[in-house]
Amino acid sequence: MSPEVPSDSGLATYNFAYLDEQTKRMIRRAILKAIAIPGYQVPFASREMPMPYGWGTGGVQVTASIIGPQDVLKVIDQGADDTTNAVSIRAFFQKVANVAVTTHTKDATIIQTRHRIPEQPLAEGQVLVYQVPIPEPLRFLEPRETETRKMHALEEYGLMHVKLYEDIAHNGRISKTYAYPVKVAGRYVMDPSPTPKFDNPKMHMSDALQLFGAGREKRIYAIPPHTEVVSLDFEDHPFEIQSFDKPCALCGAENVYLDEVILDDQGGRMFVCSDTDHCEDRRDHGHAGAMLGRQEAAE
Amino acid sequence: MATPLVVSEVFKSFTMHLRDGIKLPVVNDVNFSVASGECVVLGGPSGIGKSSILKMLYGNYAVDAGQILVAHRDRIVDLARADPRTVLDVRRQTMGYVSQFLRTVPRVSALDVVAEPLLSRGASAGDAREKAAALLSELNLPEELWGLPPATFSGGEQQRVNIARGFITDHSVLLLDEPTASLDARNRAVVVEMIADKKRKGVALLGIFHDEEVREAVSDRVLDVLQFSPRKAAA
Amino acid sequence: MSDTPLLKVKSVSKFYGQRIGCKEVSFDLWPGEVLAIVGESGSGKTTLLNCISTRLLPTTGSVEYTMRDGSIRDLYHMGEAERRFLMRTDWGFVHQNPADGLRMTVSAGANVGERLMAVGNRHYGNIRATATDWLGRVEIDADRIDDAPRAFSGGMRQRLQIARNLVTGPRLVFMDEPTGGLDVSVQARLLDLVRGLVNDLGLSAIIVTHDLAVARLLSHRMMVMKDGHVIEQGLTDRVLDDPREPYTQLLVSSILQV
Repeated sequence: MSPEVPSDSGLATYNFAYLDEQTKRMIRRAILKAIAIPGYQVPFASREMPMPYGWGTGGVQVTASIIGPQDVLKVIDQGADDTTNAVSIRAFFQKVANVAVTTHTKDATIIQTRHRIPEQPLAEGQVLVYQVPIPEPLRFLEPRETETRKMHALEEYGLMHVKLYEDIAHNGRISKTYAYPVKVAGRYVMDPSPTPKFDNPKMHMSDALQLFGAGREKRIYAIPPHTEVVSLDFEDHPFEIQSFDKPCALCGAENVYLDEVILDDQGGRMFVCSDTDHCEDRRDHGHAGAMLGRQEAAE
Repeated sequence: MATPLVVSEVFKSFTMHLRDGIKLPVVNDVNFSVASGECVVLGGPSGIGKSSILKMLYGNYAVDAGQILVAHRDRIVDLARADPRTVLDVRRQTMGYVSQFLRTVPRVSALDVVAEPLLSRGASAGDAREKAAALLSELNLPEELWGLPPATFSGGEQQRVNIARGFITDHSVLLLDEPTASLDARNRAVVVEMIADKKRKGVALLGIFHDEEVREAVSDRVLDVLQFSPRKAAA
Repeated sequence: MSDTPLLKVKSVSKFYGQRIGCKEVSFDLWPGEVLAIVGESGSGKTTLLNCISTRLLPTTGSVEYTMRDGSIRDLYHMGEAERRFLMRTDWGFVHQNPADGLRMTVSAGANVGERLMAVGNRHYGNIRATATDWLGRVEIDADRIDDAPRAFSGGMRQRLQIARNLVTGPRLVFMDEPTGGLDVSVQARLLDLVRGLVNDLGLSAIIVTHDLAVARLLSHRMMVMKDGHVIEQGLTDRVLDDPREPYTQLLVSSILQV
């Protein structure tokens, strides 16, 4: 138990960050191993958490194992700080670790995420923790775990391209838009969790440490800072990220990932930043999109 | 130059395990040779072992004892003891066989059936087919049949395909098992001329011909197989 | 004639506890040679095939293989990575049931292309062109390239499996009852196709079959197995025309004549 923990938080003083120290030690070992072998899925003894599988039990265990009293935590769900999953997990850590929380990407030391990487480039010293549902990129093509492990061990990744081939054969292009497989440090093929492929380039040579936790599947993997991350593709069908016709309707940002928002049942809709913090920050700095006034009027 | 084919002290019998292991002797102490440019005809009544001798020479039958010496490439091979790989090489390079019946292969055209032995010796597809076409035309096989698989051909047509296939190569030993049995007079004459041509080229031929006229025309020597019959010895 | 066998099988035995799978099998396979292993169910022919192809580790014995660079390697002492690489480049394995050898949920084109992608081919257009060419060679219409094999008939699946195996230009193909579950007419077409491909490509092959007609049509040489032992072997014509062993005579005399 850390002496810095304020005594007014009962749960945090009873056992800091929910997990017992032995469990944290076990998970930290798995994390260290994952960092040492970028992209390799390290098995770990995933614990039952006070939330169902699929709600980020893997990410929560990773965060709980690395968080300290001085950390500042940000939690996002699909880029937003204010959706159920993000709010719940943020509240959880406030309760069990009594840590400071923020919605500002640049202020956070640890960012736990479900399905997005913030638009603001991450800095050295920051840790991005991904919640991962299915860590095995080869899973849908090869159901046997013994076989996929062997394929990773022997670097037999032809099958991954079979998946991309099928995409092109049936759709004329690689239609996979999320969980787009990458090769890490020239060795392991990795599933970047269901982030949009738009975010794949952000993983490449990132200054931040990226940790991935899959609670149900009991796997942890990592991309250390400054690591090469290459999205798989074909020579004649190179990897491309999504592009959007219009800028964000609220902040006018271009080259960011946008969400579609339905405004009414007459087909009215707008496209806005998926990263809410980024959008708010831009608006605070005076940027305005085409529909900014209308949205505020609606509120 | 070595004698192309020398058969010495060959014995052959069948052991019929399904009939209480009875032993049926086929031929005893077969001795003969065939010189280059010579056509030797196996004579004697049917059932005396003429076809069996050809099958031993070609490797379809094993022999109990003796030697079958063939001048193959630049050495002498004893087919009685050769391993399968050597037998196959002898078949490819040195010894041809025209059987009584064509073993048809589904879906392969007559032209390709005939060209195949040349292809397996490394000839180009164009050359092999050209030569096959020339032979089929010489044997008066209607050109509209060349592109069809021979399975549905008449006996005489099949036999002509078979002969063309056997004669297309420059094998130095040729075994002929009644090649003219189902042919008409005109085509018999063609085959007789083809055999004469092989002789001029120095090929050693060994054959079975029931047709007396053909036998007279082609044979340099008739070898009476009766002398090798175990029944003769018993009599 | 090449002077080095492609494969040297030496005293391979496999025991399942007290039971014999196959015992003391030795033979050489030469480049371009097709060997048929015949025998009834339970005679050990599939066990032997699995041992030689390293899908099963024998109890004793060794198998030497002449690599493309001419070096000779003991297959059972090869690293797993290298052995698996060999299996998907220089070898093929055609299963009796195509579902065991195909990916049933991905398209025919991807099934054929997988081996190419596995050896590093990263040009979609080239992979697809090669796959189309191979589908043609096994007589599958090009417009079926994007269909999954579960939409194919048994004979088509088997032809697809063959294309998938041959696309990397292997030198040795193992086949386990390749015509096993097929109708007679479909069998004939497949056999003829295999015969043509083996001839054209100069493949070496080891074919396990209980069907002597398959052995006659495809193989140069035959081994007859009974109770785990090779009881007779030789030139295919010789074994079938002049069988010496009682069991081989029984097999040959049991063929139905039509």
